[in-house]
Amino acid sequence: MTSNGEQMPDIATDPRPVDFSGDLAKYREDFPILSRSVSSGEPLIFLDNAASTQRPRAVIDAISHCYEHYYANVHRGIHTLSEESTQRYEQARATVADFVHAASPKEIVFCAGTTAAINTVARSWGDANIGAGDVILLTIAEHHANIVPWHQLAERTGCKVEFIPLGEDHTIADEQVAEALARWQPKLFSFVATSNVLGTEFPVERWVALARQHNATVLVDAAQAAPHEKVDVQAWDADFVVFSGHKICGPGGIGVLYGKEQQLESMPPFLGGGAMIHRVTTSGYEPAGLPEKFEAGTPPIADAIGLEAAINYVSDIGLERIAAHERALCQVADSGLRGIDGVRVIGPTPELKGGIVSFVIDGVHSHDIAHQLDTAGIAVRAGHHCTMPLHKALGLNSTTRASFYLYNTIDEVHQLIESVRELRAKFAPSGRRRRRR
Amino acid sequence: MGELETQQLAAMQNEKDIYEEHVLDHYEDPFHRGPLEDATHAHEANNPLCGDVIHIDLRLDSEGKIEQAWFDGEGCVISQASASMLVEAIEGKTVEELREFSADDMLNLFGPKLTPNRQKCCLLSWRVLQGAVHSPLDGEEEDQDGLNFGGPSLKEES
Repeated sequence: MTSNGEQMPDIATDPRPVDFSGDLAKYREDFPILSRSVSSGEPLIFLDNAASTQRPRAVIDAISHCYEHYYANVHRGIHTLSEESTQRYEQARATVADFVHAASPKEIVFCAGTTAAINTVARSWGDANIGAGDVILLTIAEHHANIVPWHQLAERTGCKVEFIPLGEDHTIADEQVAEALARWQPKLFSFVATSNVLGTEFPVERWVALARQHNATVLVDAAQAAPHEKVDVQAWDADFVVFSGHKICGPGGIGVLYGKEQQLESMPPFLGGGAMIHRVTTSGYEPAGLPEKFEAGTPPIADAIGLEAAINYVSDIGLERIAAHERALCQVADSGLRGIDGVRVIGPTPELKGGIVSFVIDGVHSHDIAHQLDTAGIAVRAGHHCTMPLHKALGLNSTTRASFYLYNTIDEVHQLIESVRELRAKFAPSGRRRRRR
Repeated sequence: MGELETQQLAAMQNEKDIYEEHVLDHYEDPFHRGPLEDATHAHEANNPLCGDVIHIDLRLDSEGKIEQAWFDGEGCVISQASASMLVEAIEGKTVEELREFSADDMLNLFGPKLTPNRQKCCLLSWRVLQGAVHSPLDGEEEDQDGLNFGGPSLKEES
């Protein structure tokens, strides 16, 4: 149930067809930005959704409405606006708790994003529980946000950071995970639910269960999963689950740290300041209870309210329907790109991934690909996508990534494929001899 | 009208496509690409964010004039083509003239108008060249600052 009493659409009970292409034009109209063109004059085809999605009118309006009608600082305010803001902010927390099926809103900490959430765990739980020689286990597919905080923890404590390598077809088999857990006996297993480059969806529940056999604490980076699939923190059973608002049509600057209540209770606060205290004296402080203990300072109030609007928006469409739509687009993009001479898709077959297709073209740098696609109106991302260790393991400097969301159309995917075919021809060596020397 | 002026005119006529013919010409059939065996100066730098690498070898004569300039490297069309244009343009120039060859001069030499992110690709070879003239291979003079020119940065996502 969402906090406003509506049942979340569910594939089992949702009478609407999984294929929502009949509603696509309507959904696209919800996103004002989709009607603009790029600097070349071509209409925008936005395929950079894994980096950040766009905002529907409902989210933009919810934020504007907050600032126009009831914004004030939350908590401990006596006046009308503060009471209203506090009530809306806490309602947003309750909506997030329902969205990820948390046992209680106390388990939902608002923070600046996935990066801030992981850093909070590293600083708080990490500093309190990790010592020299302990192991933090990651996969090689992690985003820098789930690598660097652990390197920093290693600098502070002398712990070790170990990586599970990629297996066959850009996936990681359960056996590899079990082997690594047995070998390293990590204190923490922190892994990405969906790779932001390969698109690979890892089996979160199975991996958490494996980690439990070795008494490892588990953090799941759901930044790429939450926009597309049901995150059920109780079914996953991880200690921590983190994601960002801006990848799920919400505002930037807000993210979610879910932690099991018992875990969060046992952890010391990380940032100190206002709001996170119960009492302050000249000789010390007593921290506040959950979740305020981890929300020092004035929180991102309107952004939390915008995130709630985003969650309601994608929930109304239905996450399962969004995932099915993306899968259909991914299937066409994947096979279309694989069919072009000289193009290599970096990732598993479409059944094993979400709406992400990364690729390289032999002899063509990813920045030239992205630049040329931009002149055709197509926004993709090029580079290492904050996954340098993964790219090193793949033997690549960079890749080009097309990533889809609910508002992308099959026509846009066909245009991507056609443009890649054209630019391959443009940049392919043509036996040029330059003008005389 | 010199060749350079012709190229710049062509660039102004078509700002949309940075991959003009003369850019692709330099990319595919570059000027002085490879090692220079009797180099007196050399420098190399990369951009870890996109993986572009440029190495420049120079041979300076006793009066500080550049007799030969060669480059090698890998990366995008802009980084490699601009390096080819640069080493071609600087042969015969003095170190003093090189010091006065600014980042804007480099962008003008390249021709097509670049966005700030792509300017970084174009300026990599220029930065390496500025470092190379202060990096004699006999090791007498080392200038560690050669790598740290300002310039547009390419922040990355997610």
